[in-house]
Amino acid sequence: MSEHRIELTVNGHRHSASVEARTTLGEFLREGLGYTGTHLACEHGVCGACTVMVEGKAVRSCLMLAVQADNCAVTTVEGLADADGTLHPVQQAMRDNYGLQCGFCTPGVVITFAALSANGAKPSVAELEAAMSGHICRCTGYQGIRRAIRQIAGVAQPAGEHA
Amino acid sequence: MNASVPFRRMIGERAPRKEDARLLTGRGQYTDDVRMPGLLHCVFVRSPAARGRIVSLNLDAARALPGVQAIYTHEDLSVVPVQFMTYFFTPIASPISLLANGRVACVGDPVAMVIAESRAIAEDAAGLVELEIAEEDPVVTITDAQTGALVHPGTESNCTQEMGAAEIPEAVQAILDKAAHVVTQRIDHQRIAQSPMEARGCVASFDGAEELLIHISCQSPHFVARYVSTVLGVPQEAIRVIAKDVGGAFGLKNMPWREEMAVIVAAKLFKRPLKWIEDRFESLTASSHAREQEITLTAGFDAEGRLLAAHGDCSINNGAWPMGEDCNIAVHMFMWPAYKMPAYSFHTRGWYTNTMGLGGYRGPWALESLIRETLLDKAARQIGIDPIEIRRRNLVTAADQPMTTGFDLTVTDITPYECLEKLLANIDVPAFRKEQAEARKQGRYLGLGITTYIEPTAVAGIMTPLTGETAQIRIEPTGKVSAVLTTHSQGHGTATTMAQVIADRLGVAYEDVTVFEGDSSAGSYSPGAGGSRQGVIGGGASWRAAELLADKVKRIAAHLYNASAETIKIENGMIHIEGAPEMSRSLREVAEIAHGEPFRLPEGMETGLEAQYRYQPPPMTFTSAAHACFVEVDADTGFVKINRWISSEDCGTIINPGIVEGQIAGGLAQAIGQVLLEEMPYDGRGNPLAATFKDYLMPAYTDIPDFEYLHANTPSATIGGMRGVGEGGAIIGPPTLANAISDALAPFGELELALPLSPSRLLAAIEGAEKRETAA
Repeated sequence: MSEHRIELTVNGHRHSASVEARTTLGEFLREGLGYTGTHLACEHGVCGACTVMVEGKAVRSCLMLAVQADNCAVTTVEGLADADGTLHPVQQAMRDNYGLQCGFCTPGVVITFAALSANGAKPSVAELEAAMSGHICRCTGYQGIRRAIRQIAGVAQPAGEHA
Repeated sequence: MNASVPFRRMIGERAPRKEDARLLTGRGQYTDDVRMPGLLHCVFVRSPAARGRIVSLNLDAARALPGVQAIYTHEDLSVVPVQFMTYFFTPIASPISLLANGRVACVGDPVAMVIAESRAIAEDAAGLVELEIAEEDPVVTITDAQTGALVHPGTESNCTQEMGAAEIPEAVQAILDKAAHVVTQRIDHQRIAQSPMEARGCVASFDGAEELLIHISCQSPHFVARYVSTVLGVPQEAIRVIAKDVGGAFGLKNMPWREEMAVIVAAKLFKRPLKWIEDRFESLTASSHAREQEITLTAGFDAEGRLLAAHGDCSINNGAWPMGEDCNIAVHMFMWPAYKMPAYSFHTRGWYTNTMGLGGYRGPWALESLIRETLLDKAARQIGIDPIEIRRRNLVTAADQPMTTGFDLTVTDITPYECLEKLLANIDVPAFRKEQAEARKQGRYLGLGITTYIEPTAVAGIMTPLTGETAQIRIEPTGKVSAVLTTHSQGHGTATTMAQVIADRLGVAYEDVTVFEGDSSAGSYSPGAGGSRQGVIGGGASWRAAELLADKVKRIAAHLYNASAETIKIENGMIHIEGAPEMSRSLREVAEIAHGEPFRLPEGMETGLEAQYRYQPPPMTFTSAAHACFVEVDADTGFVKINRWISSEDCGTIINPGIVEGQIAGGLAQAIGQVLLEEMPYDGRGNPLAATFKDYLMPAYTDIPDFEYLHANTPSATIGGMRGVGEGGAIIGPPTLANAISDALAPFGELELALPLSPSRLLAAIEGAEKRETAA
């Protein structure tokens, strides 16, 4: 299996490594670099749990090869919160709204929303919902995630939720 | 902390989850996140055939691959005897072994195990294993099982278990013969895959003679330690099991199964730490499945729609290697306790087939709610009364209790009737019926499903291994509180809810309580997650342990400050003496004295500030609920749109509404998946046909509506009054949705309930009815 030298930046840290051509970005981030916050759940691009940001765009790290990330800036869920520990607004919205239970699919969901909100962008509920349709969560029934989407989009929560 | 700040009582609060900061920032520790020196990776070679004899197994090419360390077969692993047990610690009846022993009995049967330096190399090697099987015609369906070859040669039949009477007993038949109305309902429930987002996984390391460390994705580390000790014959004191974070379990991860046990045995033999992480293909096709059952229920009613008698007949496809042969007697046990049913008889059987074995899944007896509630709606249509009215006439009310139903079950405080009335007060059924009638004129098909149920939760003390739960709480010398719990979260948020109970009952800030779980080396034995038991039993244990500890603090403070214990209150981590505000002290001051100055304590009192309580609740607690769902079925596409879903749930005292609602919603989403989308079909050769999430349709964001919640909180007889809620949505969800769809399509005749109710099935029903009408 051919090996390739790559250099990339992950969460602001520079890394240089030798990877097999077949190694996916997700596997490389986890096994090669120890960023285990990225989770592999289906490894065929359906569930979205492995989503990371590459050059600011949300990608499925199970469908991208590590060699394709050569010279790229990658952000994983470990790189979202501020240095002082303040949660990213997307993380805070998920926390405020019970947007997670087991937390396994959560890093991918958070990265997708964060990519849409990057650089001061204000995604609409419709955009966030369309993006969420590419993620599977088995625990929450998506209720908390739906409320988190409304918070991220700056829309007031609907009434009648808790009688 | 200022004594004037009002103390925030935590029970009932939407407290932010303690787990979330860690899980949201990538600092969770799931099984595949575990790293250790010298770790090797395992991959299983699995049978591509459903049934046959292993003719040859050539490992030469695979062994020659650089990086491959070992390949084990049945002969290699069988030097360590493993006696598989069911969840209830009874021996498994099928001739199950870690790896296939000469024969394969389903596609996915593990045949060999490759150990290599990386998972990629192990997968490459697995592809080089040459496996030849003399294939035989497989037994796939329940019908096949009744007439086909023996799945396990040497057994007497493919029937794993049979209970009840095949023929309806004369006494019941006589009532049915005289009944004004007799209604029969049949359901073919498809096979589904539990599909936690984190698939199964295990890391095993024998660090020395009889020192076994296991990281495993499971529902209770204490249970796994006990199970491994029992089935492997390893002394329990030599086993430590850790499961810090678990990415969902839903009953699948009740106990270690073949693969996890094979990893543990292989680690013992190879003397290196081993890791196996199941991939999604394996998870869908070779993890235990759930649900595949057929049931027929016949019920007789008097002219007013009152139940007179019923007979149920259920068959369950256990597959080849079930995690316990089962005829699902619980379906019959919980069929009628919420209803006034004078006479019920049943017949129930389990069958071996050449399919993957069945395991647990949220609400394993849920078919009872599905068949009963859909039968009641069908009966209402047949008798010509309202589906709500038929329930009102038959439900057990508060005035009827205590009531002993069949199976010696006594219900004393169930509230399905009250839940139904609360639900009805919040929906406008007459307005809907009017809208429905108008819509039908325009060719639009609206439907309403209303259901009621009760759920046995917090079972403890009436069968192994379901015991009580223990809470160990200590106030550190710093005044902060640590608790070791036997609860275990796979998304349940128990670190949050247990901390809320402790903070509330002890009188400290929620932020000052830390809960530890997930390590068998800490705390006591308990079966952990299963059957909505944690909030009830773990909550009760935390409740009483916190009160015991508060009592000790009060006794010390009374001694130190020359007051009587009755005048002392603990609030916000401060100790107050009634009538003497200037005497208020921090809990930390008392904690420092308790830990460090024994001579200042009351005479004979032990130092430190700890309390432990093991709560043994009543044998069974019940939760009740009523749900309503409004749908529209598109008669041109067969697509179901859920317009509204409202639940009225009585789970007793609510510790945290956010977490309770999350449990209801998660169960309902699984229910919607079960009714509309999910299916693990097998073809005639025993091949599983849904091997990826592209063909196993998990409910997605766009499939699930907003849910509304009505909380009807009648405290139970448990400490704290909690009732549990975890399985409810998955049990009551399917009949609620099925009834709504049946109601919508009532103009086309009675809908056959073969799940899932996919667009093509619904279209076939609509078009079939239209054809019949044209022909007539």
